[in-house]
Amino acid sequence: MDKSIIAQLEKITGKDGVLSTPEDLAVYGYDGTFEYHRPDVVVLPRTTKQVSQVVALAAREHIPLVTRGMGSGLAAASVPFQGGIVLTMTRMNRILEIDQTNAIVHVEAGLVTADMQTAVEKLGLFYPPDPSSIRHSTIGGNIACNAGGPRCLKYGVTGDYVLGLTVVLADGRVLHTGGKLIKDVVGYDLTALFTGSEGTLGVITEALLRLIARPIFARTALVEFTALEDASRTVNAILSAGIVPVALELMDETAIACIEEALHLGLPLDVEAILLVETDGADEASVLREIEAVAKICQESGARQVKVAKDEAERANLWQARRSVSPALARKAPNKLGEDITVPRSAIPEAVRRLKAISAKYGLPIVIFGHAGDGNLHPNLLFDKRDPEQWAKVEQMAAEEFALALELGGTLSGEHGVGALKRPYMEQALGPVSLEVQKRIKAALDPVNILNPGKVFPE
Amino acid sequence: MVKPRLLPVPQTEKLRLPSEDQYLNCIRCGLCLAVCPTYREFLSETSSPRGRVALARKGLEGELRLSPNLAEQMYACFECLACNDICPVGIRPADLALEMRDLQEQLHSAKWKKTLFGGLISRPGRMEAVTWPLRVYEKLGIRRLVYMLGLRKLLPGKLCDLESMLPHLPQRPLRQVLPEVTEAFGDARYRVGFFLGCAQSLMFAEESAASVRVLAHNGCTVVTPKETVCCGMPALGFGLPGLVQEQARVNIELFEKANVETIVTDCATCGSMLKGYGQLLAIDPIWAKRAAAFSSRVRDVSEFLMSIPLEKPQGRVEARVTYHDPCHLRRAQGVWKQPREILKMIDGLEFVELPEADWCCGSAGSQFITHYDTSLKVLKRKADNIASTQAGYIASGCPGCQMQLNVGVRRQGLDVQVVHPIALLDQAYNGMKEN
Repeated sequence: MDKSIIAQLEKITGKDGVLSTPEDLAVYGYDGTFEYHRPDVVVLPRTTKQVSQVVALAAREHIPLVTRGMGSGLAAASVPFQGGIVLTMTRMNRILEIDQTNAIVHVEAGLVTADMQTAVEKLGLFYPPDPSSIRHSTIGGNIACNAGGPRCLKYGVTGDYVLGLTVVLADGRVLHTGGKLIKDVVGYDLTALFTGSEGTLGVITEALLRLIARPIFARTALVEFTALEDASRTVNAILSAGIVPVALELMDETAIACIEEALHLGLPLDVEAILLVETDGADEASVLREIEAVAKICQESGARQVKVAKDEAERANLWQARRSVSPALARKAPNKLGEDITVPRSAIPEAVRRLKAISAKYGLPIVIFGHAGDGNLHPNLLFDKRDPEQWAKVEQMAAEEFALALELGGTLSGEHGVGALKRPYMEQALGPVSLEVQKRIKAALDPVNILNPGKVFPE
Repeated sequence: MVKPRLLPVPQTEKLRLPSEDQYLNCIRCGLCLAVCPTYREFLSETSSPRGRVALARKGLEGELRLSPNLAEQMYACFECLACNDICPVGIRPADLALEMRDLQEQLHSAKWKKTLFGGLISRPGRMEAVTWPLRVYEKLGIRRLVYMLGLRKLLPGKLCDLESMLPHLPQRPLRQVLPEVTEAFGDARYRVGFFLGCAQSLMFAEESAASVRVLAHNGCTVVTPKETVCCGMPALGFGLPGLVQEQARVNIELFEKANVETIVTDCATCGSMLKGYGQLLAIDPIWAKRAAAFSSRVRDVSEFLMSIPLEKPQGRVEARVTYHDPCHLRRAQGVWKQPREILKMIDGLEFVELPEADWCCGSAGSQFITHYDTSLKVLKRKADNIASTQAGYIASGCPGCQMQLNVGVRRQGLDVQVVHPIALLDQAYNGMKEN
């Protein structure tokens, strides 16, 4: 990178906010995928004003700018494939206000989501979205990818809690959207537009988030199935009975084996699948009634055993198990490709059947787990990238996974985003009209294409 | 396209290199960022375990030069081992940082390290000689005067902090005072070896004397070999595992001669190093078995005491006490319940859990000297947490942590005493009353 650009950046953020040694650049080229590209410089701003000045400089000089949180993304959305500036938001991590009367928290984008949750829970408030990366991802990253998580079944996704944003536009101007308002229909919903935009339309620097009262009681059940098919059918049986659990998670036998190997929690190793079901609420009796109803339905649809966690420690163990699945899979193979296709929940049994068929056809394992309750599945392909034969199969298998999701009325991604990895399938998923409208939005907001260039849209 | 590669290391030499499993399997999930004290202070990827693993890999595979800055990133790790614990894949980033320091030392050995760790730190007699002025400073009352007149504040910042590290110093190193064999009080039920660490002997002599009394009180005949040398942890931290192996052989041999069932130490760092001798010498055909046998018999003092029928103390200690987990005890040895249980046994003592008790205090052996600013930042958070408990005592069985905590409470002006948990148990046995 040009020395004068670095000097200008240092003037904006101070010397400690600009990193440019070969070692610094080497570690800002990856995220949670296997993709990699080295940036030319890394900037760590501390204020919206600094962000605005950095973006204005990038616009003037036509330098690509990729916004990054903690780099836990699973779609290579923050990998700087064209070099340029990586704008790292982690030092903008303050809670600006917790407004208890309105139940709203005002935060900077680089705040770790779990830290925000801990702070509001101390006041009896609750921020429900819970991506598995909650302790190592930022709220800005969660918003930019519209992150989900297990609890979304009952409570909705990140976007359902974003009331307003502060966004630095591609020319450096600062835009404020929304406000501390539950209802607001004045003009287009720009808050929703920037939510899930993966850093391609602007840089999110602050957010107003809606909070709810913290549910005091929760009960979690671990349900064992000797047949995967029974487990996936049970999901619909529960939801059709009018019960809305907080979470309804599916894990297949390989997923269970990996967790056991990593955590030794005593999960059953002789079953084909387990369901993790949780109910919660403010009234203990109704929470109990619901979990008992769930247990009954499970037994009727072929569950071998239903175990309800006895105490908070047991419950925490079960959730730790669920959160560990994705990383624990790395014990099975050098590489994995974790997708997050989403289908209407009625199609889950069919989706599971077809995923297993793809795995059998190519002879590479596909581990299935995910948020079965909302139709969001995580088929994980296990392979060794160094073996060219396996690597060639991976692309075909991923294409077939996406095709099956679309055939069943679903889509490519429920919560990870498109990033770089799913671009080739965008036209298939959206059709030419939608894609063209979206490209026009991008061109209107970022005419010189400096913001996260080469992401989301197919080439 | 194959990338052009630098030759990372001279191919002709036989070098100790980290295992490929240590870096190839990293899936970059980022879980380790959430638990890393240096990441939390800098909030930059370069200061994170995932970043260090990536740098090690690129250095070893030839994509990056093994530059001084790359080596510095390995030295910036506090070795608190939290990343080792959380990695779902089983990578041990903290160990990898040590292995990279070792590699750096093999390629560009620094002479001062051999002098410092081989010539001085591993020779107890010389250590006693060079630390003599400190004892004089305490003994002649100069230190009291310095505090009374507020002269300490006139010292430049870092020196003032170094002064704060010092506990109340013994008149003589414990090594010169403690008998080779301390007989059990009453019936002798166990014969245990006591590994007296350097810092314990030189700085915390009264605490280790208390540990020996507590062991004797509980039916132990305590054998303390006087010719033991440094456990080796300081040398390991500076990339000299070869030197540690030499030190290990000396210590193993001494305890073989002592004919003891168990080897007890009251220093968390020594304990974790001694327990690691087996692994350290695993490929040494002559010493592997002896080292493994030695390591399997090592116990932290709290671990040992809770494994025998421990006598309930008759005396009381009236105090509010909190506890800080030394990384070398909780993570390296899995010992964290025992010290708490011991404290809770003492009548009058009100135990209060420290928030983030298992987070590094910032001492990390020599990090306070080599990475002063970062160390202070990490310490600040620890001191704030200690203040929040409103305890009068902070207990921790590690001399490195204790010295660091001394700095923390003095910097923040807290009315808190830093103490070894076993010293409180000793007080309770002696029926001493505390206010």
